[in-house]
Amino acid sequence: MKPLDPRLLRHARATAAHLAVVVALGVATAGLVIAQAGLLARGIAGVVEAGGPTAELGRVLGWLALVVAARAAVAWAEEAAAHRASARVKSQLRHRLVARAAELVPRGAGGPGRAEVATLASRGLDALDGWFSRYLPQLVLAVVVPVAVLGRLLAADLTATVTVAATLPLIPVFMVLVGLATEAANRRRWRALARLSHHFLDVVTGLPTLKAFGRATAQADAIRRSTDRYRRTTMGTLRIAFLSSLVLELLATLSVALVAVGVGLRLVEGRLDLETGLLVIVLAPEAYLPLRRVGAAHHASAEGLAAAEAAFAVLERPVPERRGQAPPPSLRAGAEIWVEDVRVTHPGRPAPAPDGVSFRVRAGEVVVLTGPSGSGKSTLLRVLLGLTAPDGGRVLLSSAEGTVDLAEVDGAAWRRTIGWVDQSPYLFPGTVADNVRLSDPAAPPGRVAAALRAAGFDPDRAGQPVGEAGAGLSAGERRRVALARALLRRPSLLLLDEPTAGLDEATEADVLAAVRAAAEHAAVVMVSHRPAAIAAADRVVEVPLAAAEVAA
Amino acid sequence: MSGLRWVVGFARGRRLRLAASVALGVATAACAIGLTGTSAWLIVRASEMPPVLHLMVAIVAVRAFGIGRGVLRYLERLAGHDTAFRILGDLRAATVARLERLLPGGLPWATSGELLARFVGDVDGLIDLWVRVALPYAVAVVAGAASVALVGALVPGAGVALAVSVVVAAAVAPWLSSLVGRRSERAVQPLRGRYQAAVVDLLDGADELAVYDALDRRLAALDELDRDLARAEARASVAAGLGSAVAALAAGAAVWVALSLGSDAVAAGTLRGVALGVVVLVPIAVHEVVEGLAPAAGALPRLVSAAERVGEVLDQPDPVAEPDRPAPLPAGPYGLEVRGLRARWRPEGPDVLRGVDLRVDPGELVVVVGPSGSGKSTLAAVLLRFLDPTGGTVELVGRDRRVPLTGLAGDDVRSVVGWLAQDAHLFDSTIAANLRLARPDATDEELAAAVERAGLAPWVASLPDGLDTFVGEHGAAVSGGQRQRIALARVLLADRPVVVLDEPTEHLDDGTAAPLLADLLAATRDRTTILITHRPELVPGSPRTVVLDGGRLTEPAPR
Repeated sequence: MKPLDPRLLRHARATAAHLAVVVALGVATAGLVIAQAGLLARGIAGVVEAGGPTAELGRVLGWLALVVAARAAVAWAEEAAAHRASARVKSQLRHRLVARAAELVPRGAGGPGRAEVATLASRGLDALDGWFSRYLPQLVLAVVVPVAVLGRLLAADLTATVTVAATLPLIPVFMVLVGLATEAANRRRWRALARLSHHFLDVVTGLPTLKAFGRATAQADAIRRSTDRYRRTTMGTLRIAFLSSLVLELLATLSVALVAVGVGLRLVEGRLDLETGLLVIVLAPEAYLPLRRVGAAHHASAEGLAAAEAAFAVLERPVPERRGQAPPPSLRAGAEIWVEDVRVTHPGRPAPAPDGVSFRVRAGEVVVLTGPSGSGKSTLLRVLLGLTAPDGGRVLLSSAEGTVDLAEVDGAAWRRTIGWVDQSPYLFPGTVADNVRLSDPAAPPGRVAAALRAAGFDPDRAGQPVGEAGAGLSAGERRRVALARALLRRPSLLLLDEPTAGLDEATEADVLAAVRAAAEHAAVVMVSHRPAAIAAADRVVEVPLAAAEVAA
Repeated sequence: MSGLRWVVGFARGRRLRLAASVALGVATAACAIGLTGTSAWLIVRASEMPPVLHLMVAIVAVRAFGIGRGVLRYLERLAGHDTAFRILGDLRAATVARLERLLPGGLPWATSGELLARFVGDVDGLIDLWVRVALPYAVAVVAGAASVALVGALVPGAGVALAVSVVVAAAVAPWLSSLVGRRSERAVQPLRGRYQAAVVDLLDGADELAVYDALDRRLAALDELDRDLARAEARASVAAGLGSAVAALAAGAAVWVALSLGSDAVAAGTLRGVALGVVVLVPIAVHEVVEGLAPAAGALPRLVSAAERVGEVLDQPDPVAEPDRPAPLPAGPYGLEVRGLRARWRPEGPDVLRGVDLRVDPGELVVVVGPSGSGKSTLAAVLLRFLDPTGGTVELVGRDRRVPLTGLAGDDVRSVVGWLAQDAHLFDSTIAANLRLARPDATDEELAAAVERAGLAPWVASLPDGLDTFVGEHGAAVSGGQRQRIALARVLLADRPVVVLDEPTEHLDDGTAAPLLADLLAATRDRTTILITHRPELVPGSPRTVVLDGGRLTEPAPR
């Protein structure tokens, strides 16, 4: 495990600035630790040698009070700075995370689900708080304090310095060695624990089923037995895994003991004065303390890095879009769309859908796609939107200037010419008018009303509030608002997915009339099974299930 | 606090092991504090230049403490984990034993896999209550008290100061931290909720935003919320370090008082100079032990509320009162007679069934249709004795006599009435193991026959591992249709004379549902069958059909 993930510095620049603050505070801490040890040694030695308080003791106590207050202040500043930095880093990561996820989702690029990203962005990244406030400062202290303490010891007593300097580097070395040796065992243990939890959950979830078959009463004992089996095997691995901390503790405390005994013996021989002796035994444990605490903060580190890892996994996922450069030809100027043998495979599904579909459409035409569910009609619309790249076949845009593959066309510019209504179109919280204006924020109210009217939605209700996910409107009303949104941008290609599902016949006729009217200036591709829609079509394209799918 | 009491009750069974873990922890702490104390004594005494022999005891003690600390800490951690795992086993077994009585009737929410997973996570997480909270605190209390006594015996004032500082560092500082944490959480929480809702909104509408070129606008709006959130978090950070600062101040103050009062005591002759180092340096070592409690205190509120949640669930009343002396089962074949049945899921909730009358003759198929929420699943739960009626009766009509279900043991009822649930649970094991659940002693031929009648035979034959194929978590490795067919084979293998089919095709598309339903009814033809569905158009033939709506059965639907 890396102590510091360089990607954190790359993706969140606030990390670097904070690192400087942490180092400064670490240096301050080291200085205060040394100052406190010196004051205590001077104070005790003075009193012992004089047999009571000396004039100097007052000054020592005064300075000691200052040092204590300063250490408290640094402890406060460290956490305050950590949380502040964490807040900034989280904000930077959140922004990038959501922006990337919003690009990935429409392109069906896999990765974590929407809910997962939302949770990660809002709460999951909070695990970084612990990394910033507990792990990072300890890591810095583990470097700064031992060096500073060794420096001070060197000025006081060479023998003690050598003892500490010889054992100190062994600690990280042993940490790594023992860590490597126990990592596999630890991983096995986590897997076993996960399996056990999973088994527990499986049994609890299946209890009604077990009960129906009269087999539930034996389960409590079974769970106890499996937990006990796990305990026995785990304790075996723990006996080895905990050796790492045994070695660390032994090294740290034993060398402190050796230093103390050595100092004592040299004091007896008169080769050392009391104040220096005291300074050494107060400082020696301080050299080891931060290293031992880093181990304790390991948990906070692992959690924080796991959260960061989850964020990086999204950030580093490429957006699967061929960035075409060609400007899209205008369909109004008589261009034609040729869909040629388009085939899209989906992960986890054996057969492609659509499995080789071809048709043509031009401005002024309405093409209706029909076919069984799962045959890939909605996917075809996404291919036409340029959001899904076909795995076979192609979409050509043919105009007077020549013929260009949709893959070569600038996707964003192409989509600007399209109006699209999904099967279950998404409406954002706001008003009906806000939702219509999504396609053209600058549209005046008159055009919004006209678009609503054309889509068969009462324009007087333009100000009606829309709740989350379109709450407050029926499914049919949502479709009509989405149609108005599509019409408002005066598209030259209109893609409609079941626009009249759930509408009564009169409303359906209104909507189809609006579609026909829009088709005077646009090419329309509409997925529908409704007879009225098929009757309104210039051509009907049957999208069949793939052969393999029929057999299954 | 009932939940916490319930959880703590488990510790009682493992008293001795817990005490041993605490003893090892105290010994570890004693070594750490002893190392500091004896070193301090050794140094000061050595400066008086006595014969080395006079120092031998101290030298040996320093070395012994140096070694003992590491070894004892090792043993303490092993003992603590071993005890915790034993308690976890007790806890899980008790949870399953209790849930066995409660599920499914007593915990209507438990049909949600997510909530159930959270509950199970709560139970498993309670192990931390011992490993991370109870043990460290017990150790700190004992070791702290002993140190206070030692320092207090030498310099009473310094002992008092140490006692106060330990209480401040171990209790007041963590309390302050969690208080501050809760306050900032309260300030941040609503903003975070709004941010999360906005992110969900943005991602749900990401398709539309991509098509309508509106993503950047929406992201800019989201950034406003983000700024508010980050600002609130930064504001909260000012208070975040208070706990650590107070703990550091307490530790420093104890040392300061010890040096100040210790010097006076030396001057007054009540303290020998050689003990001054002990009085001043021991508080430092004690505070190092206490410092380890901060994470324990931080985890406590979360663990207490988890214990509360667990206790609350397990405290639910039994949904079914088992009779003291269950009546023997009548002889088959069996019918059912329901009269004026009223039932509800929650004791305090409204009746879901409000007077249902239904008679099912032996061998008859009755289709119960109704919209969702009409009480169909409630009816199934009562017929299976997962739930007791609040009014009316349900009688099992045998050849010789009729017995109300409430007079029979639940397991006896379920040995007559079989159940195919709308989302039958498959255990994460093989197909064969899932089938044998119904009858552990079933022969391979009987398994094969059940598989055949459930319409699974061709599919099983096509699998490389056949019946030994693993079905995955919740049967995730097989399709929804196959999952229901495996569940059907299981029901057939159990061979119950009465079968309740509760929305067996609920999660399937029409192309899969219709043939499954046909196979299902063919396989249960000779049994008394109650088929509950909200899609009667998929039922083949024209069986007797009744309509359940608003908790009442109405006239047979015209077919």
